[in-house]
Amino acid sequence: MISDSDTITAISTSMGNSGINIIRISGIDSFSVIEKIFRKGKSAAHFSCDKVSSHTIHYGYIYDGELCIDEVLVSVFVGPASFTAENTIEINCHGGSYVAKRILDVVINNGARLALPGEFSKRAFLNGRIDLTQAEAVMDIISSDNELALSASVKQIKGDTRSFITDLRDKLLSVIAYIEAALDDPEHYSFDDDFYESTANVMNGIINDIRNIIDKSRNGLIIKSGINTVIVGKPNVGKSSLMNYILNDDKAIVTDIPGTTRDVIEYMVNLDNITLNLTDTAGIHNTNDIIENLGIDKSRQYIENADLVLCVFDNSSPHTDEDSDIYDLVKDKTHICIFNKSDLESCDDEFYSELMRSSKYVVLSAKCKTGYDDLISLIKELFYINEIDMNNEICITNIRHVELFKNALTSLDNVISNLNDMVSEDLLTIDMLDAYNYLGEIIGETVDDDVVEKIFKDFCMGK
Amino acid sequence: MDKKVNGIEEYYDVVVVGAGHAGCEAALASSRLGCKTIIFTVSVDSIAMMPCNPNIGGSSKGHLVREIDALGGEMGKNIDRSFIQSKMLNRSKGPAVHSLRAQADKKDYTSNMRKVLENTDNLTIKQGEVAQLIVDDSYNKIIKGVITSSSATYYAKAVILCTGVYLKAKCIYGDVVNYTGPNGLAAADLLSASLIDNGIEIRRFKTGTPARADKRTIDFSKMEEQKGDEDITPFSFCNTKEDIDREQISCWLTYTGDKTHEIIRNNIDRSPLYSGVIEGTGPRYCPSIEDKVMRFADKNRHQVFIEPEGEYTNEMYIGGMSTSLPEDVQYAMYRSVPGLENVNIVRNGYAIEYDCINPLQLKSSLELKNISGLFCAGQINGSSGYEEAAAQGIIAGINSVRYIRNEEPVIIDRSQGYIGVLIDDLVTKGTNEPYRMMTSRAEYRLTLRQDNADYRLTPIGHEVGLISDERYDTFLNKMDLINKEIERVKHTIIGASSEINSFLEKYNSSTLVSGVSLAELIRRPELDYDKLGPVDNNRNTLPVDVTEQVNNYIKYQGYIEKQNRQIEQYKKLEKKIIPDDIDYDQVGSLRLEAIQKLKMVRPRSIGQASRISGVSPADISVLLIYLKTL
Repeated sequence: MISDSDTITAISTSMGNSGINIIRISGIDSFSVIEKIFRKGKSAAHFSCDKVSSHTIHYGYIYDGELCIDEVLVSVFVGPASFTAENTIEINCHGGSYVAKRILDVVINNGARLALPGEFSKRAFLNGRIDLTQAEAVMDIISSDNELALSASVKQIKGDTRSFITDLRDKLLSVIAYIEAALDDPEHYSFDDDFYESTANVMNGIINDIRNIIDKSRNGLIIKSGINTVIVGKPNVGKSSLMNYILNDDKAIVTDIPGTTRDVIEYMVNLDNITLNLTDTAGIHNTNDIIENLGIDKSRQYIENADLVLCVFDNSSPHTDEDSDIYDLVKDKTHICIFNKSDLESCDDEFYSELMRSSKYVVLSAKCKTGYDDLISLIKELFYINEIDMNNEICITNIRHVELFKNALTSLDNVISNLNDMVSEDLLTIDMLDAYNYLGEIIGETVDDDVVEKIFKDFCMGK
Repeated sequence: MDKKVNGIEEYYDVVVVGAGHAGCEAALASSRLGCKTIIFTVSVDSIAMMPCNPNIGGSSKGHLVREIDALGGEMGKNIDRSFIQSKMLNRSKGPAVHSLRAQADKKDYTSNMRKVLENTDNLTIKQGEVAQLIVDDSYNKIIKGVITSSSATYYAKAVILCTGVYLKAKCIYGDVVNYTGPNGLAAADLLSASLIDNGIEIRRFKTGTPARADKRTIDFSKMEEQKGDEDITPFSFCNTKEDIDREQISCWLTYTGDKTHEIIRNNIDRSPLYSGVIEGTGPRYCPSIEDKVMRFADKNRHQVFIEPEGEYTNEMYIGGMSTSLPEDVQYAMYRSVPGLENVNIVRNGYAIEYDCINPLQLKSSLELKNISGLFCAGQINGSSGYEEAAAQGIIAGINSVRYIRNEEPVIIDRSQGYIGVLIDDLVTKGTNEPYRMMTSRAEYRLTLRQDNADYRLTPIGHEVGLISDERYDTFLNKMDLINKEIERVKHTIIGASSEINSFLEKYNSSTLVSGVSLAELIRRPELDYDKLGPVDNNRNTLPVDVTEQVNNYIKYQGYIEKQNRQIEQYKKLEKKIIPDDIDYDQVGSLRLEAIQKLKMVRPRSIGQASRISGVSPADISVLLIYLKTL
């Protein structure tokens, strides 16, 4: 059920390469959400909305847990003196759609729900912030936006994806109907001895399927908004020449994202089917050496935030402790080892050979401009770019859909932990039904009497 | 209106048409609330008759009975007076689905209820058939009374129709068709036409019942005995188990088999259901045995429960084998069941067809939208079951009085009771078959437990006037005990002693390294309030119904609190009332389908509107905004 009193959020600026993005949060929990994810000032101090006045702007950082996402400005509006007349937060973050989506994700994970089209305006109206004469216009917008959004997003889900979701729901519904039939007609239906075990098996199967699709979807989202890529390596392995090589390739269309105020410069590089958001750390310091100049914590932060780490080694000279330290930082991320300077004679290094066995790697020469195609095809392979046909595949690129999948996953995780605790059956179906409904929302299907219908269809009930 | 009157004219506040389970509750409610009430029945001997199964309660229906009792109704008390076996179903499962069911002595049940009706002030019982409504339609239609088939006139400020299965009733088995109600009682053939004349949409539903067998011809040695609970729970919150304890009578379980199914399949063309003689829509919940066999062909046996019809009769109800097959097929079929090889059939099974109304024509108060003061309750609204009928009866009875007194109707919402779910489903979604209550229909069932029906509804019953001050005080004391005990349990810390740890090991529960609250321990799946008695040193002896609520509240607190938050959201939308005179054509931006559905149901609140299929969230947003502009 859509509620008018929970907390909603959305990216308010149009998507694209704008200089800044604004993420708006409105509703009763707006302040508690921002207090959980925002740390104030250079010192990253705890932030409390109670202690600041309405209509004030605060500088600081957005965190996902302990991980710093972006440097932002946060505006606080205490209701009713806000657009929606509710407590409202606006986060001004850096441009580029990836950062904004990442922050939106964090906001959602901390208690807000993605707003429906027109929902801010609707609240503004219902709370008396918009003139009565505008009411009709608001109704039209909500109506048409919702219809559009619904038909667009439902259309987006078609073919394989649709039948994939339908299959998952059917599996869930069968289990739910079985449980409900046994609860409603205990004299005719009883639970099998291995009920908890067999139900857990079915649930785990569904969970795995959903995890897979979320993973793929993450790739889908990344592909749409660009792969956040960072280049690391010890000094003089050729990071800057690699950067220049990628940026200057004839095939690359480079957009310098304007308006960024921080030290790091992002480049958006479009290479036929893929977009790299390449972080150039050159502006921060004289050398390109993140590790050396910023310390291990700062570099970890860049690496954590990246979708892809290009870890550069000098193929012509044996590895040092620094190389292995850096590799330790990236080994759990999606990464490619780049053995640069292939124009020089390669050294025989056991560490390099080991990396070549365990990681994706390219041997190239940035200086002589060789190996570029290998790198690109490797990136494509890593992100399933050839596998994911963006138009018709089991791949979800709509953030609302991903949110719904995640909600379904959370509910099913509850089911599993309840099954482990041998919690009573009437409680199990609560979370199962939630998951069923979340999946239904993705394909635009409402619940209605599915369970009752299924019980009657599959089970011979009654006196 | 063609008025052919015989000169008898009487004046009442409320006329109740029909004295089944709905009619009895309706008439008792209105007369107890001080309204002069007359109840009509085709036969005084059939007051609160149980023409089908000889039991009250069961899954989710037991909840309804507890709720009726919590509101001040009679069904719970009457089954406590009349039961011969009592059982809490699903006891091994979660508390939300614990359901009480009792086998009734049918004769006791009707005579006990009749006694209550006969001795209630303001209540008159009258045998006769109501043939016609008197409706004043000079401006808006308003009910004025009824005329009987004998042409007597009974004027009334409100009328409640509880006609059950009697409107144009038709009993069928094989090619035998009897134009009667159950057990050969006279059908009410006249009233339907008057309903249609007054713009009410009529439909045809069907239900059925199995044969009754002579106990002396049953071989129980081939069956499994089904005993009642040793530790019984009363239906009524006014009774303790000591009040109602008695010797119980067993039921018996046997099964159909291949032979039974073969007989049915070979004769299916002679079934009036399959030959087309029966047109009415039957319930999927209790299908006839021929339906079970045909629809679930892969099931090679079905359960058959042999239940006594009463203490002093040899008649046994053959539960699970309702049928309308021809008499000879019935004999062959029943005699193919182990234990019934030589059975004598006292009454044949039959199907019954009857007129009922489309419940979408009703308000949530159970008043018809197009005729002020006319209420409907029970099977006439498309429901099935004694308990569903009684639940609607008490609400219609209360609301008829409130209508007369110009007070707001009482509407139990979906978060307050199964009664609310039942009525809301009927008047919002409608039904295409006899509607049966199920626990899966209640989205807030964790809070709608049978143990806390008093907590949910007794304050309403008191406010309405059906619960006496005395009973209300007792209730408040109980709630006080519950709240205090919940607080105590939350704040009692159990230390990690070796004594407690060896106790926990006994239940395979992980041992303590530091102290935890008693509540934490109760929440462990392998433990509960009762089991923890030996380690809870400061515990006072409390009544079972108190500790049960304490245990359920503590154990499921997390879920209950989550559900309470959902309920809060739900209530907000229920409180957004849509004016009666709203013109949906004037609301811009609504989709055509939504306009049609909204016009048909005319929901009283935004919440109700949101449950109508075909009304989208966007339509609801549009409606909300429109209401704001009014």
